Amino acid sequence: MSINRRDFLKGAAAGGAAVATCAAVATSPAEARENKELPPKAVGLLYDSTLCIGCKSCVVACRQANDTHPEFNTADPLWDTPLDLSGYTLNVIKLYAEGTADHKDQEENGFAFIKKSCMHCVDPSCVSVCPVTAMQKDPETGIVSHDPSACIGCRYCVASCPFGVPRFQYDTPTPRIQKCQMCKHRQAVGQIPACAEVCPTGATLFGPVTALREETERRHALTPGQPNLFPRKTVDNLADGHEKPAAHYQPSTYGLTEMGGTQMMLLSGVSYQKLGYPVLGPDSNASASESIQHTLYKGMVAPVAVLAGLMYAAHKHTKHDGRDED
Amino acid sequence: MSKHAPIGGPLVTRTTVIAAVLVAISVVLLGVRFLYGLGAVANINNGYPWGIWVVYDVVISTGLACGGYAMALLVYILNKGKYHPLVRPALLASMFGYSLGGFSVIFDLGRYWNFWHIMTPGFANPNSVMFEVALCVACYCMVLWIEFSPAFAEKWAGPELKQKLNKVLFVFIALGCLLPTMHQSSLGSLLIVFGQLIHPLWQTKMLPLLFLLSALAMGFSIVIFEATLVTSAYKRPSEAKILGFVTRYIVVLMSAYLVIRWGDIIIEGKLPLVFSSGGLSFMFLLETALFALPIILMGPKANRNNERLQFIAALAMLVGGGLYRIDAYLVSYGRAGWHYFPSVGELLMTLGIIAVEILAYIVFVKKLPVLHPVSKMGEPRIVERATAAATTK
Repeated sequence: MSINRRDFLKGAAAGGAAVATCAAVATSPAEARENKELPPKAVGLLYDSTLCIGCKSCVVACRQANDTHPEFNTADPLWDTPLDLSGYTLNVIKLYAEGTADHKDQEENGFAFIKKSCMHCVDPSCVSVCPVTAMQKDPETGIVSHDPSACIGCRYCVASCPFGVPRFQYDTPTPRIQKCQMCKHRQAVGQIPACAEVCPTGATLFGPVTALREETERRHALTPGQPNLFPRKTVDNLADGHEKPAAHYQPSTYGLTEMGGTQMMLLSGVSYQKLGYPVLGPDSNASASESIQHTLYKGMVAPVAVLAGLMYAAHKHTKHDGRDED
Repeated sequence: MSKHAPIGGPLVTRTTVIAAVLVAISVVLLGVRFLYGLGAVANINNGYPWGIWVVYDVVISTGLACGGYAMALLVYILNKGKYHPLVRPALLASMFGYSLGGFSVIFDLGRYWNFWHIMTPGFANPNSVMFEVALCVACYCMVLWIEFSPAFAEKWAGPELKQKLNKVLFVFIALGCLLPTMHQSSLGSLLIVFGQLIHPLWQTKMLPLLFLLSALAMGFSIVIFEATLVTSAYKRPSEAKILGFVTRYIVVLMSAYLVIRWGDIIIEGKLPLVFSSGGLSFMFLLETALFALPIILMGPKANRNNERLQFIAALAMLVGGGLYRIDAYLVSYGRAGWHYFPSVGELLMTLGIIAVEILAYIVFVKKLPVLHPVSKMGEPRIVERATAAATTK
């Protein structure tokens, strides 16, 4: 069998073009889609594990505010015992315990509480991947919300969230995706998120992201053991604050840079990884994904050019069909 | 007159009865799924929201349905007329593979009644890789039915319709080459957003290229696989000679694949992970072995016309391509504390979908002009002409 030179060149050209396109995608930073920026009026939450006493008032308040039912995981259904976020639980307080678990905010022989709820990423994967725009990020406040009336239930958001936040309901024929929407319905009528509203120690605070970031810097600068006045409910609400010795904080705030930053941030005495939060780089996964898509399909130029070439070849190689009946 | 002819024969055979039983079981399982929710049948959960219904029914089965794409590229774009007898059966398998892959997505969608949103301006999100995949797969399904329509025209309509079809068919042939290029690569791009949730041996910006190359090689392999099975099942003369030529493309594609996959791993400094990742190291090396097998078997010219070696090479490629997709989507994916293994119901559903494909394929080749007829001499009429132009009928 001999490969005719012309065909070989055509084949080589087509293959070469495909390889070149993909190579260009992989190596061209010029086309890269950068992380998205923090919206101008971004609001968020600050959860300080060292202030949390594990009362779970926020879990109860979240249920009331978002109309979710309790989850039972004990033999007798006596207490609301959600084990994790689920299709019916949007906010949960978990416990880290090690060894004798005697000392609060200590990694060895200690314990600490941690809140799990939506991080409201600055550049969320769920919004990028949702094929039907059911996941949306508010351009002003940056709240990441979900619209079940648009959702097709493909669960790409569940699969792609680096924090494992959106949850699907597997036990019903009419399932929904559930996630914290920062009580946007309460904010719309001038209230603050229910979890921050009820927190007795100010462990969960609501406020503008810039103010919350300043507050984390202030806490990092505190001398451990020295008394400090901590606000409650909102970041500026020192009038209703309470005094407590500052804790030994981890050197960084979680959510400042992770995944391009998040609008919910964490402070803790115990490492964030031990509390179940992953180590994440500064580039958002959405930007990596969209860089590739946008390079390949920019203005649909490449696909249209390839289609034109294919149509030329296909036409040339089938044009005798009409008369060359056998 | 057409070069294709129905092969005839009874429709009720042992194979078709077994397939029908599997389909019936799936229908019952579907009823349970639609009455009680996905969790009533499938083991998917919030740590592994995608199970084999996504990974086999869509990702792998469309890869296995790339025969029509691969052969159309060869015959109509690269003008290799001699492969023409392989095009129509390949298109038929692709048509069923894609149609069922596309259709079975409905079973996996939690809120399937909204599925039309994905094609609707105002809802559709062009940033989403899944949007691109869905749009391309849906369009390609339609293109496949049109590409295959000359067979329907030959059976039920006059030559005029077929002549009209032939005038515009090149547009659909071109689309039939573009669309799979787009969505088969995108099935790799889908995973990029998963970032660190996927093990670094699989997570790479080369995913789209690796998925595309392996999908094409799976396309050529399924043509060899099906031709060999059809030849033996319906006692048709061997097509080993022409299939031997097809194996060369698998060798080229998978050589490129392995160079890119290993090259990327070396350049990114991930080489130690190849040996230090426990079970995942094993899976990675198993994939490489399965992909290397067709190269080793079909590289030497002397082996190419050996029917058994062809079949083993094609099978290794199909299993390797399937394993690569299962690994990339499920095995290398994970969150601490979560587990997934398909339930019996999930597996039976998938078997049922495969059974539908086999049933439909059998009915079509027996009743419609799909395969080239066997001549009196007992030799297949391989058309050894230089261009496809004279042979596209």
